[in-house]
Amino acid sequence: MSARVQSAPFDLGAELAGFGAGSGAVVTFTGLVRDEGGRLQALEIEHYPGMTEKALAAYGEQAARRFGLDDWRILHRHGRLAAGEPIMMVATAARHREAAFQAAEYLMDWLKSRAPFWKREIGPDGPGAWVEARAEDEDALSRWQG
Amino acid sequence: MALDVLYFAWLRERIGQPRERIETEAATVRELVAQLAAMDEWHAAALADLSAVRVAVDQELADLDAPLSDAREVAFFPPMTGG
Repeated sequence: MSARVQSAPFDLGAELAGFGAGSGAVVTFTGLVRDEGGRLQALEIEHYPGMTEKALAAYGEQAARRFGLDDWRILHRHGRLAAGEPIMMVATAARHREAAFQAAEYLMDWLKSRAPFWKREIGPDGPGAWVEARAEDEDALSRWQG
Repeated sequence: MALDVLYFAWLRERIGQPRERIETEAATVRELVAQLAAMDEWHAAALADLSAVRVAVDQELADLDAPLSDAREVAFFPPMTGG
């Protein structure tokens, strides 16, 4: 059970060593920087130090309670990340696969819209637009509420 | 009371600084926004469309009517784009 924010790259294999031992199911998701057909060279990711760590831990604990997870891990990077680099990962461990899959989706939906990160596109000509929040992400989150 | 007010992403850019210390009697976030927007044109422009602004009080997401009674830190930022 851990949430981490860092600028350094991470090694998914190393992060998962021993993760979920004793559980029946482990699901992982890794998000990568898209190059958007060559338009995008990198993303600059800003965050709110202090709040970010607390929010990620809170969402992890929520998921653990709701889906009965044995373990969970959230890792999210910040700073300048080149196209193709991993941005973040979540891992969930549960007795059965359905809970592990659902909890991973739940965590991703919360991270997309409720974790204090902001992405800016860096193109061939330098810093471009801030990425706008998508209505689809808000809709995805609402399916877990109520 | 004195509050640390923080700005992120395009709000930080429009206001021209990441944080400032504000002396205020505002009882709610909405009252604080009104005070900030009256300070200068940069604050006014950044806070003009509140539908595009999210708020955290002491690092917890909050809405415009949230009370500031014991608050130490208020942050303004655009809708989040994590993941």
